[in-house]
Amino acid sequence: MTVPGVLTILLFFAVILLITKPFGGYLYRVYTGAPTFLDRLVRPAEAAVYRLTGVDPEQEMSWSTFLLALLVFNLAGLLLLYAVLRLQGFLPLNPRHYPGLSPDLAWNTAVSFATNTNWQAYSGEASLSYLSQLALVVQQFLSPLSGIAMLLAFLRGLTRRNASTLGNFWVDITRTLLWVALPIAGVAALVLVALGSPENFLPYVHVTTLAGSHQTIAQGPVAAMTSIMQLGDNGGGFFNANAAHPYAAPNAASLLFQLVLGFSVPAALTYTFGKWVGDTRQGWAVFAAMAILFLAGTFAAYHFELAGTPALHQLGINDQLGNLEGKEVRFGPALSTLFDTSTTAVSWGSTAAANDSFTPLGSLVLLFNLLTGEVIFGSWGVGLLGMLMYAILAVFIAGLMVGRTPEYLGKKIGAYEVKMAVLTIVVPTFVILGLTALALSTRAGLAGLGNPGAHGLSEALYAYASGVGNNGSAFGGLNAATPFYTWTVGLAMLIGRYPMYIPALAMAASLARKQAVPASAGTFPTHGWLFVVLLLGMVVVVSALDVFPVLSLGPLAEQFARTAGGAP
Amino acid sequence: MLQQSKIAIRMLLLFTLVCGVAYPSVVTGLAQGLFPRQAGGSLVRRHGHLVGSTLIGQRFRGPNWFHGRPSAVGYDAAASGPSNYGPTSPALRKELAANLAKVLRENPGVRPAQVPVDLVTSSGSGLDPDLSPGAALLQVPRVARANHLSAAAVRGLVLRQVRGRWLGIFGEPHVNVLRLNLALDGLRGR
Amino acid sequence: MSSRTRRELPFWNGPLMRRAAGDAWRKLDPRWMFHNPVMFVVETCSFLTSADAVRYLVQERYASFAFVAQIALWLWLTVFFANFAEAVAEGRGKAQAAALRGTKAQTAAKLFVNGEVRSVPSTQLRVGDVVLVEAGDVVPGDGTVVEGAAMLDESAITGESAPVLRESGGDRNAVTGGTKVLSDWIRVQITANPGETFLDRMINLIESQSRRKTPNEIALEILLAGLTLIFVVVVATVEPFAIYSGRAVGLTMLVALLVCLAPTTIGALLSAIGISGMNRLLRRNVVALSGRAIEAAGDVNVIMLDKTGTLTLGNREAESFLPLPGASEAALAEAAFLSSLSDRTPEGRSVVSLARHRYGLSAQAYSLHGATFHPFSARTRMSGVDWQGRIIRKGAVDAVAEHLVAAGGPDPGDALRRMAADISRSGGTPLAVSENDRCLGLIHLKDIVKTGLKERIASLHTAGIKTVMITGDNQLTAQAIAAEVGVDDFLAEATPEKKLDYIQQEKARGNLVAMVGDGTNDAPAMASADVAVAMNTGTQSAREAGNMIDLDSNPTKLIDIVEVGKQILITRGALTTFSVANDVAKYFAILPAMFIPIYPGLSALNIMHLTSPQSAVLAAVIFNAAIIPALIPLSLRGVRYRPAGAAAILRYNLLLYGLGGVVLPFVGIKAIDLLITALGLPGLR
Repeated sequence: MTVPGVLTILLFFAVILLITKPFGGYLYRVYTGAPTFLDRLVRPAEAAVYRLTGVDPEQEMSWSTFLLALLVFNLAGLLLLYAVLRLQGFLPLNPRHYPGLSPDLAWNTAVSFATNTNWQAYSGEASLSYLSQLALVVQQFLSPLSGIAMLLAFLRGLTRRNASTLGNFWVDITRTLLWVALPIAGVAALVLVALGSPENFLPYVHVTTLAGSHQTIAQGPVAAMTSIMQLGDNGGGFFNANAAHPYAAPNAASLLFQLVLGFSVPAALTYTFGKWVGDTRQGWAVFAAMAILFLAGTFAAYHFELAGTPALHQLGINDQLGNLEGKEVRFGPALSTLFDTSTTAVSWGSTAAANDSFTPLGSLVLLFNLLTGEVIFGSWGVGLLGMLMYAILAVFIAGLMVGRTPEYLGKKIGAYEVKMAVLTIVVPTFVILGLTALALSTRAGLAGLGNPGAHGLSEALYAYASGVGNNGSAFGGLNAATPFYTWTVGLAMLIGRYPMYIPALAMAASLARKQAVPASAGTFPTHGWLFVVLLLGMVVVVSALDVFPVLSLGPLAEQFARTAGGAP
Repeated sequence: MLQQSKIAIRMLLLFTLVCGVAYPSVVTGLAQGLFPRQAGGSLVRRHGHLVGSTLIGQRFRGPNWFHGRPSAVGYDAAASGPSNYGPTSPALRKELAANLAKVLRENPGVRPAQVPVDLVTSSGSGLDPDLSPGAALLQVPRVARANHLSAAAVRGLVLRQVRGRWLGIFGEPHVNVLRLNLALDGLRGR
Repeated sequence: MSSRTRRELPFWNGPLMRRAAGDAWRKLDPRWMFHNPVMFVVETCSFLTSADAVRYLVQERYASFAFVAQIALWLWLTVFFANFAEAVAEGRGKAQAAALRGTKAQTAAKLFVNGEVRSVPSTQLRVGDVVLVEAGDVVPGDGTVVEGAAMLDESAITGESAPVLRESGGDRNAVTGGTKVLSDWIRVQITANPGETFLDRMINLIESQSRRKTPNEIALEILLAGLTLIFVVVVATVEPFAIYSGRAVGLTMLVALLVCLAPTTIGALLSAIGISGMNRLLRRNVVALSGRAIEAAGDVNVIMLDKTGTLTLGNREAESFLPLPGASEAALAEAAFLSSLSDRTPEGRSVVSLARHRYGLSAQAYSLHGATFHPFSARTRMSGVDWQGRIIRKGAVDAVAEHLVAAGGPDPGDALRRMAADISRSGGTPLAVSENDRCLGLIHLKDIVKTGLKERIASLHTAGIKTVMITGDNQLTAQAIAAEVGVDDFLAEATPEKKLDYIQQEKARGNLVAMVGDGTNDAPAMASADVAVAMNTGTQSAREAGNMIDLDSNPTKLIDIVEVGKQILITRGALTTFSVANDVAKYFAILPAMFIPIYPGLSALNIMHLTSPQSAVLAAVIFNAAIIPALIPLSLRGVRYRPAGAAAILRYNLLLYGLGGVVLPFVGIKAIDLLITALGLPGLR
């Protein structure tokens, strides 16, 4: 590792650490209705939204109504997006006259953006009109809102006593949009333009290059999309190459800014969580567990990427910059790796380098981040929610080990809660492993693999892990646009999102109904280092035990097979 | 059920207008007003003609230009993408070997150990506009010879084009190939 | 009252073990195994591998047969060991039940029918019948003494041979079927039909096969079933991945992996832990009427303890005589002495004893002919003596003051009340003594805190359990004693209503409350408490309201009960952690064995350097099976519980069972691998 490389990672994370408290505090104020500096601008808008849509902001929802509202809202968004993608040939803002997407691809893409996955089986600049891109932008704003609403409902379940309601879905998403998503995305978009990204609706530019050949340069509202796709941890970039594209991230400063955008809400939510439960140490404990997992993975991946590959070593060239296949020179190995471990941890899914070309152990880190269930910060709301599921299981074991019926934040964890938490872990494992096995045993699945052998296995595994985790990044060699992958990955994205909501909300409702137990010396404290260690252990052990066999045949086989092959 | 569905549809339509129409219009308007060059794609003109974008790499052939990195998409700026070869892929080995052979062939006298890794690997976007300083310097003798310029002058040209790490820490030092070739063109024209 | 424990059965008890082995064999019936999902999966795997072994045998592939047959054998042993653990725990309970049943022989009862006594078999008695039990008779069923008093031998139930008094009225009116009247006679109204008596319930409880699972046990079973399910999927998908990678790994390898990954250790020992917890309580002479109650005991965060008899010795003792100004200490001592001579209460006797020891007074020195003694009465709240014109009274300060005013004397005034308050504040009880119309001074009665109790209260405090002292004393006295004992809170001038209120307040705050009770007036509070331990000496209604019964009637045992409750949970948690932590090493044994034929480079994962793929898998399976019997003693005994803060306990247990669980199997599997390689078992190459 180089000094600037290590500093890149550490300084970046220091920035995240710095913004977590103020931003988390701001979010807490927004959701508890406390005054914020934006109120004068936004309060009237909020009232207007409720008036126009007929929402009674005072009305509380039971968990089933909450779930219903969420599902209907998501379904409506999905259908609208599907319609736009199918009909783009007949719609305006289509300077390249792209035809409508095929049903599989439109379905896959609509699911992908409605679930906050942003898996891109299409190639942005080569198949979507500006209008379609804007329709994607709409979902990039709306899909993360549902995640936040889920988290808020769960937090209410944790903190309310003898209650039967979990808040109001419409209020949660409206506030998030008006106080968080829109203002930040707007400002961030301008920052991105200032740092070099284009923002226009011009036709693609045709130039005669210096050397005399012709080049068509894609244009579009790149900054507006990049801004919300990073902020909302969506990850669906304007271009096929996503954040590696020089328009999407023209320089290190722009890429770092995007990293901060992506981390901002998930990191801040840990603090909001602490405020919500009345003890910020609880939030910092969860933050610490996430931070340790993130930094350990990032440094490991950086080490492997910088170490390069035997294929490069064999050439006898100067490979000081490490494994630069699929990476951009302006970013280099440290920043590229940081961005891609972040994309799998925080679940935004845009990549600044080709994950498919990562070293085997570097890609092991990426896969591991995905396979934890995207709880290392994770995307808006659902990342923290997933981590809290692990926390509940950790507390369950810990509670037994200290001789008390386990409780988390004063709420007793009973059979029902354990059942729901187990479901949120069992179902994704089923889907990821099951679909990967299906892909590797069928001709259609095998046909889509872009690389042979162990690496091909990693490609398929990555696709479903990314789909179920609603991440959206890919081992790009996989031909995701074939019907087999559009349908199976689409299924993975759907199962990874909505069925996971049901146990989480049901648990929230069950917790809300409970009385709270006051903490005492006999209560296992969930704010100290011991809890952090336990939580880490839970995440690592549970995810590692599930996937050790498949990782052995994927990245580990790729790594050790080539070492055994005699190459230095 | 019906009530929530009605709200859902109204809210979706309202938010679609806000996020899909108002937001991009406002952002684009402001961006065009405040940062017209960037918002327009950082395009470069030479003698009044568009020759490209400083941000987008383009293909340079022939001995008298500095060459950029290999591109998996042939520098097609309407279809970006990486090679997506796995690290142990036989195709990758073949490709790397071919790239190296090309560099060695085009730059006689260069030993493999002098070839920086960016010259044999393709980039993440296929449109990487930059080279590492070493990769540009490696081409100096060839470019100078082909353009009948002194190696020292061309070398100075390259060194002036080197951009360091941002804040001395982030990213890697790099040279923008289009800018370098434009500067080279200027030097040639004098 | 002693808190003796029953003699513990030695772990290695021949007949018990033989019976358990038989039971374990019978439990292999899949219909029975189905109730334990983890072990059911293992049994299914055993069937599959056995079938696979037969296939190899038929195909005459003897090397493969030898290997697979050994795996199958060890899988069957795994299931057997699990059943054995459960059977041992049940067997120990049954042995205790058998001892109880010995006392349940049918007896003849003397039933009152229309005023006449008729002899009927005890099995015909019904609730409401009234029977006569005389010296030498066995009490024919549970009941309440409605008339008379008798000494009973309750050793059959309590194991305590000292006779106890049972009498009508008051809080000592309950008798238990199977106990024996030693002297006198009593009339008993039967309160339980045959088959529903206390003894029956105890026997049933101990024997019951269909023990109801406790909430935490159910939750843990869900977690274990979930983990098992995940591993089923993980293992099932290994085959397609392996086939894609170039070569199938085969059924036996997959099954071995599944069994090793599934949480078999805790799955096998889970029910044994629960059963043995109940047995451990029984050994301390506490009968829990449900497992749920034991578990609740571990969760309790408020314990209500009666002051008298629990925290302090039942009797207060006179500590000093405090004369009022103008009276001499000697005169006070003498008056106190004389007034207490007829007072048979422990307090009265302690006054006499203090006067005798400190002032050399002796009853012989007085000729008490013609003295009129006034025993203590609830109406006057005084006792005393009228003798040779001296009217001496002793009693509550207010009562004596009233008496003096009535007698025309001066009110003793503030000086007396101040002195009385001082005594109260120090935790004592003041008794005023008067002679004729003059108050002489006060007797300071002091509560004696039981030895060793302060430490136990302190350890409860460390464990985060709030202790509350219940007392009829006034606020000041209660405060002083509370401070001396170290309890966190107290309830002074307690009435049944106040107790109930207090419990409900604590419950509203989310606390779980435990209490001990014996009197009928405790019943409402007991019914409301989460854990209510009834004293065996208590009334029938108290026993009905409680969810545990302490046969020794030793209220301090509530603390033991809490510890046993915690121990059960800790044992489950520790073994779960251990079980899951074991998986790490098992992976490193089995995965290389499975995948080296596909990718030889993966031998890098064989960090234990096990001899061959076959020996590695067999060693892991053997370790997995052998760890179960090795941990049976621990699961029966329970892991060590020491009162400490939760974080300290967790840190310790995580290190021991978590880290230990990771490390131990590496050592164990390596050792077994060396051993089976040295033995040259067939099929390992």
